[in-house]
Amino acid sequence: MQFARVIGTLVATQKVEGLEGVKFLIVQPLDKHRQPVGQPQVAADGTAQAGPGELVFTIGIREAALALPETFVPVDLAIIGIVDEVDVR
Amino acid sequence: MYIGRVSGTVVSTIKNELYVGRKLLVVDRLDLAGQPTVKYDIAVDMVQAGVGDLVLVLDEGNSARQIVGREPDGAIRALIVGIVDQVALEDDAPIGG
Repeated sequence: MQFARVIGTLVATQKVEGLEGVKFLIVQPLDKHRQPVGQPQVAADGTAQAGPGELVFTIGIREAALALPETFVPVDLAIIGIVDEVDVR
Repeated sequence: MYIGRVSGTVVSTIKNELYVGRKLLVVDRLDLAGQPTVKYDIAVDMVQAGVGDLVLVLDEGNSARQIVGREPDGAIRALIVGIVDQVALEDDAPIGG
């Protein structure tokens, strides 16, 4: 899992079956010091409670879909939790 | 699996239920010379590791789900599964990178 900052929202009305009700957010992946690395990505919100501006942690690949209510869906990045506090040296 | 160094802690209240009661640590992935690379993971601690510890990290979903007892649908992948006491390498091992 890695840190990411939520920087936007995405709405798609027409979606693959199974993705109904899933909230999509635009996230910027971060390094451990919370500095941006790479390009922004679209993540499914597994917490259903994240919003723009928040620091979150994400899970990728197969495990992303497992973070959602319907677990066999085409998703490769999902938000697992919202970060309250980080202490990294 | 890879060798990492625990470099920090993460606190989260709103999270996937599988993570409730589990400790999250930031682990730097090390090269064979023991130097941190740019790669890191936020991993679930299974062995009472702490900041500064040299650890063994598993980053594979099926194994992780088996260890936490949440097959087949646990959304979990990176686990700290050991605290490393010693690493021995051949003299001509390709250290670095």
